[in-house]
Amino acid sequence: MKKSVFLGALTLASMGAGVAAAATLDDVKARGKLNCGVTTGLVGFAAPDANGVWEGFDVAVCRAVAAAVLGDPMAVEFVPTTGKTRFTALASGEIDMLARNTTWTFSRDVDLKFDFVGVNYYDGQGFMVPKELGVSSAKELDGATVCIQTGTTTELNLADFFRANNISYEPVPIETNAEAQQQYLAGACDVYTTDASGLAATRATFEDPSAHVLLPEIISKEPLGPLVRHGDNEWGDIVRWTLNALISAEELGVTSANIGELSAGTNNPEVNRLLGTEGNLGEMLGLDAEWAKRAIMAGGNYGEVFEKNIGEATPIGLARGLNAQWTDGGLLYSPPFR
Amino acid sequence: MTTLTDPPRESFKLSMLIYDTRYRSLTIQIVALIGFLLLIGWLIGNTAQNLADLGKEPSFGFLAEPAGYDINQRLLDYNSQDSHLRAGLIGLLNTLLVAVLGCITATVLGVVIGVLRLSKNWLVARLMTIYVEMFRNVPVLLWIVFTMAILIETLPAPRAFRGENPEASMMLSDSVAVTNRGVYIPEPLFSNSLGNVHLFGESAIRFDVSLDLIAFLAVLMAGFWVSAWIKRRADRIQEETGDRPTTWWQRIAVVVVPTGILLTVLGFHLGYPELKGFNFSGGIHLRNSLIALWLALSLYTAAFIAEIVRAGIMAINKGQTEAASALGLSPRRTMSLVILPQALRVIIPPLISNYLNLTKNSSLAIAVGYMDLTGTLMGITLNQTGRELETVLMGMLVYLTISLSISAVMNWYNNRVKLVER
Repeated sequence: MKKSVFLGALTLASMGAGVAAAATLDDVKARGKLNCGVTTGLVGFAAPDANGVWEGFDVAVCRAVAAAVLGDPMAVEFVPTTGKTRFTALASGEIDMLARNTTWTFSRDVDLKFDFVGVNYYDGQGFMVPKELGVSSAKELDGATVCIQTGTTTELNLADFFRANNISYEPVPIETNAEAQQQYLAGACDVYTTDASGLAATRATFEDPSAHVLLPEIISKEPLGPLVRHGDNEWGDIVRWTLNALISAEELGVTSANIGELSAGTNNPEVNRLLGTEGNLGEMLGLDAEWAKRAIMAGGNYGEVFEKNIGEATPIGLARGLNAQWTDGGLLYSPPFR
Repeated sequence: MTTLTDPPRESFKLSMLIYDTRYRSLTIQIVALIGFLLLIGWLIGNTAQNLADLGKEPSFGFLAEPAGYDINQRLLDYNSQDSHLRAGLIGLLNTLLVAVLGCITATVLGVVIGVLRLSKNWLVARLMTIYVEMFRNVPVLLWIVFTMAILIETLPAPRAFRGENPEASMMLSDSVAVTNRGVYIPEPLFSNSLGNVHLFGESAIRFDVSLDLIAFLAVLMAGFWVSAWIKRRADRIQEETGDRPTTWWQRIAVVVVPTGILLTVLGFHLGYPELKGFNFSGGIHLRNSLIALWLALSLYTAAFIAEIVRAGIMAINKGQTEAASALGLSPRRTMSLVILPQALRVIIPPLISNYLNLTKNSSLAIAVGYMDLTGTLMGITLNQTGRELETVLMGMLVYLTISLSISAVMNWYNNRVKLVER
């Protein structure tokens, strides 16, 4: 008898649940704020400035989406996540999107049920060592102690790299970039490994960056990009095309400086479609016509965002490299706005 | 003639379920039970439904897949190609290691500090009070992180040991190296080793048993057994003749001599740590994370145990001590024969819950990167496979099992020492 009561309760409960995956766009609009997952602090990619305002390369993507959807680039609630908590935060709906230098992999896309909307930084895993160790190649690291952020793809790449080269190492698992920095600087580990861009960003915050070198080996492909939950394709489209708008804007020469002038109308139909003076792309997305214009105005086009946060003029000093436009020999290639 | 008739049987009415005191409590209990089951059913149903909506049906197939990550501290052999289950097992052993080490250290420290707090020496008693109040009033997580920070920041890195005039040097005639990556101590080695027995083939629970260790333990146990036999014999002679033969040297010899011979035959020697390349190699490496966690958990729990011990001793009436000394018992015998046996029955039950607390607090290991069960199964495995529900449920089940086992053992012990009342 007890069992049938139990089964009855089960049926009742499953009837009650069910309507779970609602439209994220409506939620964000109703809330008036975009909840965006970022790192707990990685200078250049996402970190609060002296006034507590978040800024960085990943933050710029969040701000562009907020500008496109809500009309206000500042209407973002930044949720700091660690390598371990980020996916749970996204899957549970705590955040609407994740822009946290996260590597696009098969299992994350397929098995963890997320949608990567594109790539905003083509990266690879590198190694940083103190110059005084005199190491010039990662293959000389036999027996070294390696600091590594736990819950990342780098953890798996590291195991693969050392196994493939048949050398041993001692992993020291670390929760956040700040802890890794502390242990590395104290000499509790010989090597710090993570995405090369992250290493450059971390090194830039050191007292004496020149005392540390990045080894030449890049041991993996790490396409980093923003991601959303699987299943809400409308929302996925908005984030995807906001990122594409920033990339296309650079390709088409639309900058935050000339966007006012260009949005009066140009003789380039693609610029017109992007900025909403021609066609109804915004309407198709469920937004208004000027969505992309606002997204670009939030922080400039992709190139401007890059140069401002992590480019060669900044302490992080990353070259465009793979992240140049396809017309300049890089990998950035936005599908056409048509 | 009168016949005794049964009183007319009351027919059962539904309202009696509420108004009749015979049935009322039963009714209330059944209604509450149904409500409770409905609630549980709703929770399970809701979870299952939400998981199904996300397309993530619960499954434990991931446990057999290769883990892909390395673990630094492993008590059994493990490499990144082993399964997630094996990685979880390695984590479980690390949890048990720190829990056992922590419980032992905390008990020893706690008893000493608890007794010292009752000392008549004003300074010692106050110092112990300060210790207890400091440790039990700050969250244990802070102690763990603090200990780790001290170890990393104050101790020398291995590279400080290098060069002509090294900044740091090894201790105890070059046998122990204290670095900010951990402490390296000598390891026992056997040059004529008997080898290992490999159990469970290639499965996830495979392990090696060292025959040297088994032989060593067997000889040691046999030695103790013979020693106990000599004691019983001496007791018997004492009872019969009143003279106790001198046996202390025999009793020591039967333990020490065979063990010594065995160790010599096996070629026992110590392997010392040596600076090679980036790190020390050889010896046993006690990692910083283990030391920080072990120290912090022990010191924190010892503060609670000290209070329990103090309470246990103070619970014994002063008259007991006075009666014992009136009978002519020395203070030491008073403590061991009168006070402690009675204090233990007060001490054991709260001691159990402190052991449980220490074991569960060991899951804070992740703060210092100690690869315990929370770090492997509920940490990296969870993250790499995305199986939150399954891994966390498994983790909860394991902690529950560990805690219940500790409870069972300690309750058994409690039943043995508790006061037998008539």
